[in-house]
This record gives sequence, C-alpha cells and structure tokens, in this order.
Amino acid sequence: MTHHPTHSAHPHGNDAGLTTTPVRGRAESPGAVPPAIATLHARLDAALSGDARAWLDQALAEAAGHQDEAPEGPLSLWEVRFAEAGRRCGPEYADAVRLLLLQAAGPGPATLSRIYAQGTAAERRAVLHALPHLVTGPAALPLVEDALRTNDTRLVAAAVGPYAAEHLDAHNWRHAVLKCLFTGVSVDTVAGLAERARADTELARMLADYANERTAAGRPVPEDLHRVLCLTGRPALSTTPSAPSTAPTGEES
Amino acid sequence: MRIFDPHIHMTSRTTDDYEAMYAAGVRAVVEPSFWLGQPRTSPASFIDYFDSLLGWEPFRAAQYGIAHHCTLALNPKEANDPRCSPVLDVLPRYLVKDNVVAVGEIGYDSMTPAEDTALAAQLQLAADHGLPALVHTPHRDKLAGLRRTLDLVRESALPPERVLIDHLNETTVREAKDAGCWLGFSVYPDTKMDEERMVAVLEQYGPEKVLVNSAADWGRSDPLKTRKVGDALVKAGFGEDYVDQVLWRNPVAFYGLSGRLTLDVPQPDATHEGNSILRGTPKTEA
Repeated sequence: MTHHPTHSAHPHGNDAGLTTTPVRGRAESPGAVPPAIATLHARLDAALSGDARAWLDQALAEAAGHQDEAPEGPLSLWEVRFAEAGRRCGPEYADAVRLLLLQAAGPGPATLSRIYAQGTAAERRAVLHALPHLVTGPAALPLVEDALRTNDTRLVAAAVGPYAAEHLDAHNWRHAVLKCLFTGVSVDTVAGLAERARADTELARMLADYANERTAAGRPVPEDLHRVLCLTGRPALSTTPSAPSTAPTGEES
Repeated sequence: MRIFDPHIHMTSRTTDDYEAMYAAGVRAVVEPSFWLGQPRTSPASFIDYFDSLLGWEPFRAAQYGIAHHCTLALNPKEANDPRCSPVLDVLPRYLVKDNVVAVGEIGYDSMTPAEDTALAAQLQLAADHGLPALVHTPHRDKLAGLRRTLDLVRESALPPERVLIDHLNETTVREAKDAGCWLGFSVYPDTKMDEERMVAVLEQYGPEKVLVNSAADWGRSDPLKTRKVGDALVKAGFGEDYVDQVLWRNPVAFYGLSGRLTLDVPQPDATHEGNSILRGTPKTEA
C-alpha cells in the first residue's frame, strides 16, 4: 500500500480543499502499486478495446507525471482525463479507470478534496472508493461525512467502505449503518460490519428502536436490520407487542 | 412510443412527474441549465446548481427508469448581471464532464451587449469542448432575436449543424432551417407551440432535424406534452417510424454529437428495500 505521512489528530475541515500544500507525493515507483490495483489494471487491460487501452496508458502516464498543486487553468490535464473516463473507456469501466488514475496521480488531501468537491456523483464515488488506497490517516473523513449526508445511494454505498470502517467514529458509523437500512443500501456494502458491530450495544439499541418504529407504523422491518442486530450479539427481536395484527410480513419474528 | 424529451427542467418537477413521464414512454431527458425564477447573486449558486444537474437529478431520474443528461451554461437573462457573469470562468471545468451533452441554454433574452458577449463566448466554449450548443430564442422580439442569433452562429467557430435553435414557431422556423441548424419546438399549455400547430409545422417542413420538447419548468407547463404531440401525429396519420424519428432518433442524433450520450439507465447500487426517494417501502396491506 502506498501511504502518505499525514497523521493529523483532527480531520481537516471542509475548507481544507482550498489549501494548496501538497502533503503527499505521487506513487514513488511502479513497484509501489498495491497488488489490488495491479490486478485491477490487468483486468481492465483485458477488457478494454485497443483505443480505450491506449487512452488509458496515456492518461495514467499523465497522472503519474503531474505536479500535485492547484492547476493554473481550470483543470490539470490528468483531471480532464479523470472527468472523461466514462466516455473514453465506457461507463461500465469508469469507476475502475478513475481509481487507477487517482492511484497514479497520488493526490494529497487538498487535491483529493477538490477533486471530490468538483466532481459529478460518479467522480465522487470513485474518490470514495480510492480512499483506502490513497489515505492512511483520518484526513479524508470530511469526504465520507459529506457523502453520508447525501441521499444518493451510490454515494452512501461508496462511503461505507474500508476507509470508513477504519476511521469513522462510533456515532457516525452507527448512523451510517442506519442510513443504509433507511435508504436501501445493502449492509453487505458496509466494510468491516461484523467486526465493528460486535458487542455494540448502542447500535443494537438503535436498531431495536428502529424496528419498533417500523412495526408501530405497520411497515416491514428490513431483513438487513435483523442481520446487523444478530452481529451485535443481541438476541433476535421477538414479536413486538405494538405490532398491529395486520403486520405485513413475518420478518419481525 | 419511446420518447426523448430534449429540453425539460426536472429540478423544478416532482417524482409524480417522473412516474407519469415513464408511463407515457419517456426514457431519456436532457435538462438545460436555466434561470431559476429567483435571480442568483453569485457564481457559487450556479456551481451548486450545476453539481445538482450532475449528481442528484440523474439519480432521481434513474429511480424512474429515465436517462438524464444536462446542458450547462450561463443563461441569457443572467448574462446581464455582473454578479453572475464570472461563472463563465468556471464553465470549462464543467464542460468536460461525462453527462454534459451540450452548452446551453445560451442565446438572447433582451438582446443586450452583455448577452452578445456571453453568447459568443459560449459558442466558442462549445467548439473548444467538442460539444453542440442549445440556443434559446427570445420571447420578446423573437424574429429579430433569431436573426441576430443566426448572425452570431455564422461568425462563431461552431458549425450550424452543431446548433439547436429552440423555442421556434411558424414565424422563425424557415430561417433557422435555411441556416442549417437543428430545430427545436417547445409545446406549452398556453404559450409557445401547441400540439396541432406542431403537427402543421411538421407537415409543412418535414421531420428532418426537428426536436419537440415540453420545456416543462416551474411555470405553467406540462411534462407530458411530448407524448401528446406523438398522439396528435398518430391521429393525423403519421406512422410509427415518423413519430420515432421526431421524438427519439432526432434528439439522440443531435445530443449524440457530443459523443457523451449514454441511454442505458444506470441503476443505483442498491434498491433492494426501497430507496431514498421512494422514502422506504410503502405500508403493505394485509
């Protein structure tokens, strides 16, 4: 894994994207590419057409060669490549291509924040996916928190990956899990779910309260809720007394 | 009947509209950036709006099975406000985005020097970014506005076959067609065009390069006008292929000039248990 030396005690604020101090350099050498990224690159190479592959090689070279500072014009060249990835390589490969570009460019926290803030939803998702590969400390947490404030399930799902599992504080992590249940993001998406949920009595309480609220309203309790509750170690919910007799499903049992 | 509404302001519409549009056959829309009704006071307000057209609105549309693209620009009305015109400096970083299929709406409102400047600058931006342009024609002094628009297009780096002139009517269609531009018609409940007049225009001028839109927004308008034009065409005896050309293939061809049109609706990562727009699964009847 590549990593940068920042270990800020406090996650930087939302305005940190305006600073231009590069904290981290780009990937030092091809040898520094993590195996997961190398595998992804190999898979892409196999899947892409010749034109798209040539474009990607060129774009990766531009990304690896750039200076990590605010561009003089509206965008640096590799950022243009980052933006146009979908139409150059096909929308189905945009996430993977953008991840490779971010890895090659190795943007520091300030640049990463700017790329996220100026990105489309698809570009923001790519930044979120890249966080565990690019940032070792909690400095990028504001991006995760921003994504978790949205109601866009693509962003919520991307936000609850390994980076959040490692760095998100307990309160925000619990709310992230609950938000997944609310918005229909599968909890399979939540990285480190079993480890972080284990013996989390506060999460168990929140889940039970939510189940109660759903039951009181005559609405089904999401199956995922029972799964997470089980992971906390709390006994499964018995039939809630307040559930109307016309309770819609047997999921409460 | 498959329908592509090439000009509709979904930000101002409800999920009921999306649902009704899908039921009517709408599978793709283009949302041009425009005036919000309430004047903006800074470029930051545009930035949030552009971000929404590239983020939240396509997500909303996808929930209803509709592909959403946008056109971005400084609109004609606010081109006159010096507090807003600096957004022209921000546009280049937006015009490289995958979902942006044209520069627009640009054009004239009151035909001022500031509007001349913004229109010329944005036609150049379109040429620089390999994008076509969606050009609004003014409501007041329309024919004069059209002629001035066509003059600026001729002077620009953007060829007329990459320009869609919108809000045309019986008095302006001929000159726009002769100029070689694409021809846009907005069908409204009371103003602009209506279904019967649209049929008559098509009978007279043919379907080539003609696009029909609802231009539905926050005002009195109807997001199903595209379908109603389709029905009127069928009633008037036009065949399925003809209707498909006007309501689907023409908009696909025009916005396809950008090389960025993706008509497969991207499904959100997770929908198994309702979602954030549907606000949870509905209460189930026993």
